[in-house]
Amino acid sequence: MNTIIDKKLLSDGVYQIRVDAPHIARERKPGQFVIVQLDTHFGERIPLTIADADADEGWIMLIFQAVGKTTQDLARLNVGDAVNNLVGPLGQPTHIENFGTVICVGGGIGVAPLHPIAKALKAAGNRVITIIGARNRELLILEDEMKAIADELIVCTDDGSYGRKALVTEPLKECCELDPAPGLVVAIGPPVMMKFCAETTRPFGVHTVVSLNTIMIDGTGMCGGCRVTVGEDTKFVCVDGPEFDGHLVDFDNMIQRLGAYKTQEQDAHACNLDKQANALQAEQDANA
Amino acid sequence: MDLDYAQISADAKTALDAILNRTDPLKPKDRMAIPAQPMPAQPASERVKNMEEVALGYTPEQAQVEAERCLQCKNAPCIKGCPVAIDIPGFVKAIAETEFGKAVDTIKQSSLLPAICGRVCPQEVQCQVECTVGKVLKDVEASVSIGRLERFVADYEREHGAIETPAVKPETGKKVAVIGSGPASITVAADVRREGHAVTMFEAFHKPGGVMMYGIPEFRLPKAIVQQEISTLRDMGIDIRTNFVVGRTRRLTDLLEEDGFDAAFVGTGAGLPKFMNIPGENLVGVYSANEYLTRVNLMRAFDSENADTPVLPSKCTVVLGGGNVAMDAARCAVRMGAEEVHLVYRRTEKEMPARNEEIEHAKEEGVQFHLLENAIAATGDEYGRVDTLTCLRYELGEPDASGRRRPVPIEGSEFNMAVDCVIVAIGNDSNPLIKQTTPEIETNRWGNIVVDDNGKTTLDCVYAGGDIVLGAATVILAMGEGRRAAASINAQLA
Ligand SMILES: Cc1cc2nc3c(=O)[nH]c(=O)nc-3n(C[C@H](O)[C@H](O)[C@H](O)COP(=O)(O)OP(=O)(O)OC[C@H]3O[C@@H](n4cnc5c(N)ncnc54)[C@H](O)[C@@H]3O)c2cc1C
Ligand SMILES: Cc1cc2nc3c(=O)[nH]c(=O)nc-3n(C[C@H](O)[C@H](O)[C@H](O)COP(=O)(O)OP(=O)(O)OC[C@H]3O[C@@H](n4cnc5c(N)ncnc54)[C@H](O)[C@@H]3O)c2cc1C
Ligand code: SF4
Ligand code: SF4
Ligand code: FES
Repeated sequence: MNTIIDKKLLSDGVYQIRVDAPHIARERKPGQFVIVQLDTHFGERIPLTIADADADEGWIMLIFQAVGKTTQDLARLNVGDAVNNLVGPLGQPTHIENFGTVICVGGGIGVAPLHPIAKALKAAGNRVITIIGARNRELLILEDEMKAIADELIVCTDDGSYGRKALVTEPLKECCELDPAPGLVVAIGPPVMMKFCAETTRPFGVHTVVSLNTIMIDGTGMCGGCRVTVGEDTKFVCVDGPEFDGHLVDFDNMIQRLGAYKTQEQDAHACNLDKQANALQAEQDANA
Repeated sequence: MDLDYAQISADAKTALDAILNRTDPLKPKDRMAIPAQPMPAQPASERVKNMEEVALGYTPEQAQVEAERCLQCKNAPCIKGCPVAIDIPGFVKAIAETEFGKAVDTIKQSSLLPAICGRVCPQEVQCQVECTVGKVLKDVEASVSIGRLERFVADYEREHGAIETPAVKPETGKKVAVIGSGPASITVAADVRREGHAVTMFEAFHKPGGVMMYGIPEFRLPKAIVQQEISTLRDMGIDIRTNFVVGRTRRLTDLLEEDGFDAAFVGTGAGLPKFMNIPGENLVGVYSANEYLTRVNLMRAFDSENADTPVLPSKCTVVLGGGNVAMDAARCAVRMGAEEVHLVYRRTEKEMPARNEEIEHAKEEGVQFHLLENAIAATGDEYGRVDTLTCLRYELGEPDASGRRRPVPIEGSEFNMAVDCVIVAIGNDSNPLIKQTTPEIETNRWGNIVVDDNGKTTLDCVYAGGDIVLGAATVILAMGEGRRAAASINAQLA
């Protein structure tokens, strides 16, 4: 069970694996995730989105960035090795319907969870405009896969090494100005990117769904560790989400909670996410 | 009070010799004069530095002496106090006669988990509150220590490798799904399997055992004891599937309609943490007790050398609440190295739902109690980390309808505490996952699954028990409910 059936390096530190998991493959819907734990005794439980799945062949695909202990250990596993503990599918599936035009925005590793959602939205008859961004060309993932789904694909890099030299919020703003306005924006990426995507769409009143990547333990609503403030309410990302109305999420609180263990985890690679996030923040500050 | 282990066993030997050297039979008066046996325990100064069990268990001599205190009452009021009606005088007599094996067999006719219940049962409000000895001596603490004796024989059996795998009848070809792996589910699995039905147990976590694994800390209930029960289930041929969330990995109705299960038992517990709904509750450093205890126990944060899951280092931890869960959280915080651990509770110690023993142990370990106080807000620093807890003082007002005096806030009594960790331990509601994914199952307004006198839910072939039915309750009640549901399932499949 849970055997890795293939493994690919997508970009610097970003891996794609397919895992034999027939139960999860059968039940999963776009937007859902699994929790992975490698060492049953001492390992941490981490959430990863199901990037793709095939119910008939019984596999699920995970795409992850090796940022810390567990993701690095996972990256060390090879084809034929088993993922000791794999539980899912968890979370609420994405609400899929025909919204007319939908803008799907993915930043960095966030393109992975975005992929199945974009695919489902397309299948539901939406016109799908996809904006994907990364710090540079090397870090861009799933461009071909996204191209295959999208009616229009806009690629941005922070350093201009590929596609447009821009942060994803720039083309997003232009898309919001289109007539007719998009019916939905789905933005997935580093928290700061999602925060600014929500800020970008807010003046246009375009409903904006974000997928939150909080720290989790059980993933079944038992511990409350994944809680976020959404509007007036406290929500549990693992059972009420992971998707929420971006205009209501308290991103600052979420980002602080996500950073809670940073000093303990002491991980140099974590900066990847942060750098990208900081670039967005700096941009926004400059614009303000 | 720290008692010297050597002294305790020497005293017990003396007392036992005195009893054994008598030529005339003991009269009730003599029995009541036998000294109640104290529980040997790790000294507080030692145990705060480790996670190992605090109570060390009776020596065989102590067990015998304690057993001689029992009056063998004809009407045995103690049995009425036990939710599963263990033949208490029966097993206690066997201990007095050093027939430890017979004692444990007697218990096991009614209870499947004596090593666990002997440790965690709130005996002082169940079997022991009814005990004649305690009543005559006007002190429930002076009752026969039924729980400790139960623990003694169960440990004796385990430590002497005498645990036998229960016999399983020939396979019937029927299949039963047991959802969850807490005490209710363990009981159902064993009782149903014994009748020869195939049993598959589904557990969401990576380790089975329920709250006994993730909630109750090692120092009160060693995990090896829970795992022993689980391995007995495996030895009986029960298939245990961890990492399987019923409702998500597979819907309950699919298990029955498509996967060929003839019946299902839902024992998914009360795992939904309540919060205070006060400002600042989502700051960094504020945990639910469930999260804190899961990190420390199941994920083994205590063993920071080896475990990947951390808890935030804390100098000053405040626990909100007054139940067993609050005591467990506070005592874990002590062991996790907090310099100060405070417990804030709205009423007085008398109203605390926690067991006396836990309250005493917590105090011995340095937990500071703040009674008639309650938190109303938390605030944090520029990084969103909690640094201040604002509390109000209370006084006891007029008795309410239930006769309990209500705590009323004292106006203008607000004050601040400097903290860096807050653990909210004010209880749990029922886990809603099964309800959400199986709307056909009826629940009451607290989200508890409704069952009839046979433990059957409103859905055909589906039974339920334990905390998901009772609300947050106890191990022994969960076990009792499991017994009842198992009997109904066995009747259905007969
Ligand atoms: C619903 C959900 C879906 C997710 N899907 C994916 C996915 O498809 N691919 C992917 O690569 N990642 C995904 N994540 C994020 C992933 O869970 C984290 O990257 C992972 O927990 C890091 O674990 P680690 O042990 O390798 O790193 P750690 O050593 O635990 O942490 C390394 C660094 O990452 C930070 N960190 C810890 N947890 C998270 C987190 N949950 N999110 C972001 N940063 C974190 C820490 O602050 C630390 O600085 C998802 C998260 C959620 C909640
Ligand atoms: C900290 C703490 C201390 C306690 N101390 C005591 C004490 O001293 N004495 C005492 O008698 N009682 C105590 N209790 C209460 C006691 O532990 C519970 O009453 C008892 O464990 C309930 O048993 P249960 O079988 O109903 O379920 P639980 O023990 O709650 O187990 C339920 C299991 O079901 C699993 N589950 C949930 N949903 C699903 C799903 N959809 N699919 C698969 N699996 C699922 C959960 O992961 C869990 O493992 C304490 C509780 C806590 C939290
Ligand atoms: S199971 Fe609990 S209540 Fe019953 S006799 Fe044992 S300790 Fe007492
Ligand atoms: S009530 Fe107390 S003294 Fe009487 S039989 Fe029960 S345990 Fe023994
Ligand atoms: S991860 Fe525990 S409640 Fe969401």
